[in-house]
Amino acid sequence: MPPETIYALSSASGRAGVAVVRMSGPAVREVTRQLCGGDVPARLACLRAVRDPRSREVLDHAVILFFPAPRSFTGEDVVEFQVHGSIAVVRRLIAALSSFEGCRPASAGEFARRAFLNGRIDLVEVEALGDLLSAETEMQRKLAVEGSRRLRLVASDWRTRLLHLRGICEAHIDFSDESDVSQAIDSDSERDIEALHTEILAALAGLDAGQRVRAGFRVAVLGPPNAGKSTLVNALADRDVSITSPVPGTTRDVVEVHLDLGGFAVIIADTAGIRGEGSDIVEEEGMRRAWRAADAADIVVWVSPVDSDAICPFADCIRVASMADLGVALSQGGVLHVSGTTGYGMKALIEAIRDRCASLSGDRAFGSLVAHERQAQRLRAASEHLSRALAFSDATLDMRAEELRLACGALDMLTGKIGNEDVLDVVFAQFCIGK
Amino acid sequence: MEKFDVIVVGGGHAGVEAALAAARYGAAVGLVTLKPEAIGVMSCNPAIGGLGKGHLVREIDALDGAMGRAIDQAGIHFKVLNRSKGPAVRGPRAQADRKLYRTAIQRFVHEQPGLTVIAGEAADLVVADGAISGLVLADGRVLACSAIVLTTGTFLGGVIHVGGETREGGRVGEAAANALSIRLRSMGLRVGRLKTGTPPRLDGRTIDWSACEAQLGDDPLEPFSTLTERITNRQIACGITRTSVETHRIIQENLSRSAMYGGNITGRGPRYCPSIEDKITRFADRESHQIFLEPEGLDDDTVYPNGISTSLPADVQDRIVASIAGLERARITQYGYAIEYDFVDPRELSRSLECRSLPGLFLAGQINGTTGYEEAGAQGLVAGLNAARLAGGAPVIEWPRTDSYIGVMIDDLTRWGVSEPYRMFTSRAEFRLLLRADNADQRLTPQGIRFGCVSTERKQAFKKKALALAYYRSALSAISASPDEAIRHGVACNRDGVRRDGMALLALRGVECTDLTGLSATLVDCPPAIAELLKTEAHYAVYLDRQRADIARIEQDRQSLLPEDFDYHAQGGLSGELRTKLASIRPRNLSEAAEIEGMTPSALLLLSMLVRRQSDNGRLAG
Repeated sequence: MPPETIYALSSASGRAGVAVVRMSGPAVREVTRQLCGGDVPARLACLRAVRDPRSREVLDHAVILFFPAPRSFTGEDVVEFQVHGSIAVVRRLIAALSSFEGCRPASAGEFARRAFLNGRIDLVEVEALGDLLSAETEMQRKLAVEGSRRLRLVASDWRTRLLHLRGICEAHIDFSDESDVSQAIDSDSERDIEALHTEILAALAGLDAGQRVRAGFRVAVLGPPNAGKSTLVNALADRDVSITSPVPGTTRDVVEVHLDLGGFAVIIADTAGIRGEGSDIVEEEGMRRAWRAADAADIVVWVSPVDSDAICPFADCIRVASMADLGVALSQGGVLHVSGTTGYGMKALIEAIRDRCASLSGDRAFGSLVAHERQAQRLRAASEHLSRALAFSDATLDMRAEELRLACGALDMLTGKIGNEDVLDVVFAQFCIGK
Repeated sequence: MEKFDVIVVGGGHAGVEAALAAARYGAAVGLVTLKPEAIGVMSCNPAIGGLGKGHLVREIDALDGAMGRAIDQAGIHFKVLNRSKGPAVRGPRAQADRKLYRTAIQRFVHEQPGLTVIAGEAADLVVADGAISGLVLADGRVLACSAIVLTTGTFLGGVIHVGGETREGGRVGEAAANALSIRLRSMGLRVGRLKTGTPPRLDGRTIDWSACEAQLGDDPLEPFSTLTERITNRQIACGITRTSVETHRIIQENLSRSAMYGGNITGRGPRYCPSIEDKITRFADRESHQIFLEPEGLDDDTVYPNGISTSLPADVQDRIVASIAGLERARITQYGYAIEYDFVDPRELSRSLECRSLPGLFLAGQINGTTGYEEAGAQGLVAGLNAARLAGGAPVIEWPRTDSYIGVMIDDLTRWGVSEPYRMFTSRAEFRLLLRADNADQRLTPQGIRFGCVSTERKQAFKKKALALAYYRSALSAISASPDEAIRHGVACNRDGVRRDGMALLALRGVECTDLTGLSATLVDCPPAIAELLKTEAHYAVYLDRQRADIARIEQDRQSLLPEDFDYHAQGGLSGELRTKLASIRPRNLSEAAEIEGMTPSALLLLSMLVRRQSDNGRLAG
């Protein structure tokens, strides 16, 4: 049974300049012919009147893009109708499509699923695609586009090296009675396992950064009560997220706001003010939560009024003297003078947060290599097995071999399976076996 | 017309184990062989066991086969390989006195009740109602039977090459079996060609042993069979010498005269047992190759120079031998040769080693594309037992790859087929740490008892050992020692406050059963063999859980069946390479698909989705 033809509004719903309706499946050619009154050229934008298939009434004038199989997103015949972004036009078009035999609305993710089933994209790409579609910031976009491609390149290099290491190890087990093997020195192997282990660890360190890039860096804003933290957060967000008032302790809980700061996704937590002791249970709880937010944060911004003598409890943080509009701006080492009310110094603060995000995303080589927990789990397992493999010496070579095999298994997810015969191929290419 | 339950064709290592196993099961067995006096002959090198192979011998022994006991009776040089590399990869190996080995095997055959040796050449199969019903001999006799085990070795379409000369034959001086080969081909079975070779044999009296290094066997000796108490043969040393620059030059100059390099041979040879021509061509940078000089018997002067298998002409072989230290004056008693032979693609077989297309026909040994006595013997045992069970109306037995090397081998053969003669290596076994030579009896003897191929003698010996193991294991688990108590009794361990039982203490590096006698007086009497086994068990305990989890996952994937007629070529999502592999291998389930080399999780997920989609569609259509 041939697959059904699916269609969906691919752009956001609601009023817009243009709306894109995409269709994929075997009925695409016939449906397009009937709606547009004739064939449309492949992979060439063309303007056509789109008509209701029964009444022949013109629904809209649309740009039609036709991608014949297999060179399309899904690997099937695909057509895109770019109509005017009117709710009424889209509704009529969808109704027209649904009147054809074997056509139905696509379920969520079905286009990507078909692309996967037809080999147009692989699992890592499916994940990357999901990321790309939900990317809101520039760095998230970069991660989605480049991360998966680079990961595959690096992982395939790891695979080759691990395969070689296993070959050497297995040769020392299965062919230890061969003079060619026993002469080979095995200290290189240990060095190579070590190197591989180090690289995987580096990639994992990058994972953390990758996940931060995807999920957003956590920035906690802390300071004494009434220091103007909420005013500052509102100024960053450019909208009211926290209720600000001159009464100390207005922010009783932690308020979070998601922002795009210079290309990085950040989650800014506005917290309750911190002082010796709270006046009630609610304030005490608010303070406890503030400390917790600081612990969980990647970046802490300590805010105190310019004229305050409150001591900053954080060794590593961005220090801000707020309400710079109220007093004289004194230049003190490392402290940013900012006014949430006038906007004075806000640019420098954004710059400072951005710089910290950039340095936390780390070394560019690995910084954005691994972004998914699923990938990270495999890498973590592989690195554990490699480190255990190093702990075994010649007297327990069978255990080392087992750990290397398990490390391979962990990387299978990224690289494709290494079989016993692959390992033997390495052995026979490397050593003259057969006494 | 004579009637049997099972007829075994061939008296080599596969044939003997097949006939013995079938007879132990209780079947009436006929063993058909061209030359009854050649039963149990070692036609290649005079040794049994080695890495991976030693495991197979122990497994054959665990199922009450003859090979382990025969080599214990015939061995003249025992050595456990990899003794320093972990118990799981130790491989017992022994060189045999050829005559003693043959004698031992023939004694097993003659003393086995229910087994009749028939001298004759198998000429044709009798098929009735699509199943085996008898065997026709070349002299016209017909033997009725319910099942046949073919173990024809290199005799099917065998062609021997020495330099430019070729002649038909299954072994030097013995005729090939061509009628059967034609019969098998006419059945539509996929048949291929493989090659193998042997070195020239030397007269030991003409070797200058003082110019060679001596290699001694182990002391004490470790027998192969759990039924052998000790080895009584006198033990001998082997010699080691090396090829010279001159050897390599002679071979280089005469390469075109080699049967293999002259283009006479089309079959593929084993990469792990290459001819000397092959070694010198493929590894041109190596200046010298080692040669082991293995005496073939206590009262036999023949020496097997292991490492110079060749198909060069006789005059070149003379010059090669003369160019090697210690062999300058050595006389060749039989020239080396290459042999090409037919094998049946083992993917034609089910895991019981029965032909899928002809019920009652079982194949074992080199005919299935394997090499080696041990591989042959293990298959023979499986095929013989299954043939007897089939004849008796009992279900056939399949050994999974998760609990024996036998299972690994049969799974590899019937699933992937072969592209070179198949030899066992320990690296083929994923669960290598569990499948050890030292626990073969623990793994397989209980199964053998259940399947009906284990004699009373072994049953009793096994029960005795199992009881002892259980007794001392429970003594170990009764121990509960705090770190302080352990240290007080001389067992070094971390002061982590964790109480440990005996197995946990034994798992610590350097701790042996004898160190624990202060904590459990019972252990004082623990026999050394049992103590060593328990130490090994404890040593690998950490891997047991993981491997068991792996086995469970494999079992789950095995439940996900792939349709037999699935059209992989129509699946755009799979790479061309995987499509081709899947179409030719035809995995029966996801577990088998997952084992395919180059398989990615992405492709596997895709496969499961495609299959689910197809079966959903099937339900809708139906």
